[in-house]
Amino acid sequence: MRPFSYTRARTLDDAAQLTHDDTALAIAGGTNLLDLMKLQVETPETLADINRIGFGGIEDTDDGGLSIGALASNTETAVHPRVRSDYPVLARAILAGATQQLRNKATTGGNLCQRTRCFYFTNIDQPCNKREPGSGCGAIDGIAKLHAVLGTSDQCIATYPGDMAVALSALDAQVEIAKPGGDTRTVPVRDFHCLPGDTPWRENVLEEGELITAVALPAPVGGTQIYRKVRERSSYAFALVSVAAVVEIEHGKFTRADLAFGGLAHKPWHDPRIGEALIGKVPSEDLFDKAADILLEDARGFGENDFKIPLARRTLHAVLQNATEAAA
Amino acid sequence: MTVHFKQDKPDDSNRLDGMKQGVLGKSIPRVEGMAKVTGTAPYSAEYPMTDCAEGVLVTSTITRGNVVSIDKDSVLSMPGVLAVIDDPAMTTRAAQGTADEAPQQEPGTICYWGQPIALVVAETFEQARDAAKHLPIKYREDPGAPLDPQAVEAEEQEDETVRQGDLDHAMATAAHSVDVTYTTKGHASAAMEPHASIAQWDGDKLTVYASLQMLNYNISELADALGMEEKNVRLVSRFVGGGFGSKLGVSEDVVAAAIASKEVGRPVRIVMSRQQVFQCVMRRSETTQRLRLAADQSGKLIGFGHHALVSNLPGETFAEPVLQSSHFLYGGENRDLMLEVARIHRMTAGSVRAPGEAVGMPALEGAMDVLAEKAGIDPVELRLKNIPEEDPEEGLPFSSHKLAECLRLGAEAFGWDSGPRSPRHTCEGEWWVGTGMASAARVHNIAEAKARVTLKADGSALVETDMTDIGTGTYTILAQLAGEMLGLDPAQVLVELGDTKHPRGPGSGGSWGAASIGSAVYIACKAIREELGQRLGVGETELELKDGEAASGESLVSLLDGNDLSREGHYEPGDIKDDFTASGFGAFFAQVRVNRFTGETRVDRMLGAFGFGRVLNHKTARSQCLGGITWSIGVALTEALEFDPHEGHLVNCDLAEYHVPVHRDVPDLEVVLVEERDPAASPIQAKGIGELGMCGGAAAIANAIYNASGARIFDYPMTPDRILAAMPD
Repeated sequence: MRPFSYTRARTLDDAAQLTHDDTALAIAGGTNLLDLMKLQVETPETLADINRIGFGGIEDTDDGGLSIGALASNTETAVHPRVRSDYPVLARAILAGATQQLRNKATTGGNLCQRTRCFYFTNIDQPCNKREPGSGCGAIDGIAKLHAVLGTSDQCIATYPGDMAVALSALDAQVEIAKPGGDTRTVPVRDFHCLPGDTPWRENVLEEGELITAVALPAPVGGTQIYRKVRERSSYAFALVSVAAVVEIEHGKFTRADLAFGGLAHKPWHDPRIGEALIGKVPSEDLFDKAADILLEDARGFGENDFKIPLARRTLHAVLQNATEAAA
Repeated sequence: MTVHFKQDKPDDSNRLDGMKQGVLGKSIPRVEGMAKVTGTAPYSAEYPMTDCAEGVLVTSTITRGNVVSIDKDSVLSMPGVLAVIDDPAMTTRAAQGTADEAPQQEPGTICYWGQPIALVVAETFEQARDAAKHLPIKYREDPGAPLDPQAVEAEEQEDETVRQGDLDHAMATAAHSVDVTYTTKGHASAAMEPHASIAQWDGDKLTVYASLQMLNYNISELADALGMEEKNVRLVSRFVGGGFGSKLGVSEDVVAAAIASKEVGRPVRIVMSRQQVFQCVMRRSETTQRLRLAADQSGKLIGFGHHALVSNLPGETFAEPVLQSSHFLYGGENRDLMLEVARIHRMTAGSVRAPGEAVGMPALEGAMDVLAEKAGIDPVELRLKNIPEEDPEEGLPFSSHKLAECLRLGAEAFGWDSGPRSPRHTCEGEWWVGTGMASAARVHNIAEAKARVTLKADGSALVETDMTDIGTGTYTILAQLAGEMLGLDPAQVLVELGDTKHPRGPGSGGSWGAASIGSAVYIACKAIREELGQRLGVGETELELKDGEAASGESLVSLLDGNDLSREGHYEPGDIKDDFTASGFGAFFAQVRVNRFTGETRVDRMLGAFGFGRVLNHKTARSQCLGGITWSIGVALTEALEFDPHEGHLVNCDLAEYHVPVHRDVPDLEVVLVEERDPAASPIQAKGIGELGMCGGAAAIANAIYNASGARIFDYPMTPDRILAAMPD
């Protein structure tokens, strides 16, 4: 850990001012950032504590949806009555992640911005294009069991490790962002994270000085909501593959099928073609296979993580079958 | 006054059973438990020190080569930095258990990625850590260091080799034969408390507070490293937050703290980071094991083969003793056993809980399940059929043997179905459900030990030894043992451990602690009883003591007449070690579920039945078994050290990525203690239980995975990727 200065921001403007250069970082729960600072993966000169700038509430929105403040803790969100009743996939995804102690500290905004758990990213004595552009990628022919099979580049095969954002992607939530100077903008969660491409250090669309203020959920979508997380041990492990599903079946046919996937890519993976292929169709093994074919059309393994391709197919089958049974 | 007893003969007098206090064996909670859970028990980094400087180890970022230069000046000007130390006396790895001499020194010579090469000392931990990361080091790399144990020519460990009869012929002619190869990945001890030391000098006298398991050896290792006389060294390790083998030998922090403290003239504390604990202390070697079993029509073994390949750094003497229990667990007159070590440049391999059986038994017991299936015999029955009358290689009698009883009692308590078995018999929703079992075996170790017992004039007692309690219950069982012998409530017995100013104990390791130090305390107490008996005019064997009084009604206080009565007990195992094959035995039963979509495996329930001599405290013994079974779950399903293929460094070096079982992975566990008296194990008829609970348990889970899902897997841990690859469609 490098020496750093700590400043408490009082307002959003304060926070924007304090974080408006590349040597400063905002800290909320710190559950990811502090670990990375100890490893010297992150070396901010200034930490701006944003815990007291507001934006911690969870409130109904005018269109019947729900706004979850950037600083609401993961625990607060997961236990919120409206989240539990109207967006159970979100509650389940959050509760599938980390531990109770971490969820008590972790926040909505921080969770969205958490960084990869790639072994080569977290070890500063190893090459990593994400941490040190141009240094190479240790994982591509190294230990890559946890790594991505979709949307990779020859620069980076890391995964986005979170669960919450996968559910938010299935729910088509919107990220509300405050720009320096007081303007705001809204980005769909599905577009918030980036693929590595030639800029693996760029993990999401936030620009310098921008801060997430809230995540807006649409009016309740109903349906069967499932979060399925596959992992070696049953808690405190990142997903090998996860699936968030909001699915509705009426008169024996899919009428809604919003699916998002974790553990497969540098971002929560959402492919609109999967829903399109399912809607209007009668659930069947063949249909589930077609959905999996679309998902995995361009999948590519790196040896150790080849298993993720059949595992994703099988997990998708399980989820769609569960949803079908729930609707019956 | 020291009473020395060398045990050459079995002792079936079972004297402890004739004592009157009635506290030995009772489920007494750990006496230091409250201090630990309230944070008042000082661990080694927590001793209050004035003016303590902080040290952070600097580790190598190359695999093999030399340090050419270290630019110390560039960090000495950083805030708070006091010194940069690369003294050739610093150690580059932990000593192996019972080494009794310094491990490899000269940190400028690099043998593995992550090896300590220097120490930065500063006013604060943060300053030291920052400077350590900034320290410019020039290396001369020696490329091409072998990293893959399969890719080098291995060295045979000749003292492990056994060739009896003709195994090839037995395999060719057997009614049933099995020839399978298992692999296991490396394991870490992953103790909660990291390795940590505070060193302090007073003239030429050195005191180090350190987290260590075997002070009696560690003091020699430290003194040797520093070129000092042991009498000038004191080690203190009163509370240890888990060791599991990783703290058997003196670790790099201990020696470095001593050197640094001398140089800066202040106490110096070093606490290893979690990553350093994983990367530069000890790993359990990965193994490749070929099992060959040849059986006649009835399932009786006529041939037994076990070859194992393990690895270690060049020059290290330790080789994971994979075959340890294979030598005697089952019969079979045609035998072929061999252990080989591949010399590779991964971090040091050494003892991790139950070295040998922890990985040897899961392979052997997996192969036995394959044989049971081939021969169409119930797996429990197959084991019962193959229990030898005597050690099949040495021809020695067993000191005691509870395997058959553990198998029968365990099967009954678990509700084992001995009917025909075929995979995929039960599906509950998405989950295949099945059962499996395995034998448990762990050799009995015992060592020389000394302890002083003092009956105080006020009628209380004091037990003193440098023995450690690594969370196992040593404080508690010694209070019970002395209480039983001297007729005292254990609350009246103060036990002082973990300080080399006391008589030398055996240290905690190899499950030998309780029987070894317990015997020394027993001998000291017996000598005190002899003296008390003389004062009362009765023989020691007739003396009855209870609640501080003799049967005659006279109190200990009046017998002592204002004086303390002290005796040192010195236990030494004699011919007893050579005349018998001694082992703890047991049986595991598991029910697991395997997800038919994802291959995820969860243990539903698990039971272990264990026979390991006299039980000194049912609660602490049971807790050791629960911990062992929990480790079995890790070995079976999740635990695996992953090494980078190009540089050999450990990549998953924290508790988020090295997957020990979490609470939710550990279901209701049941433990059946099959109490016995082993007269040849120790004067107190006890063996060890710290490791037996994990020696074979992983195979019960693996065999249950097969019974549940039809996936017969030969690679531990059985993670979803491996299960999916092996699961029939």
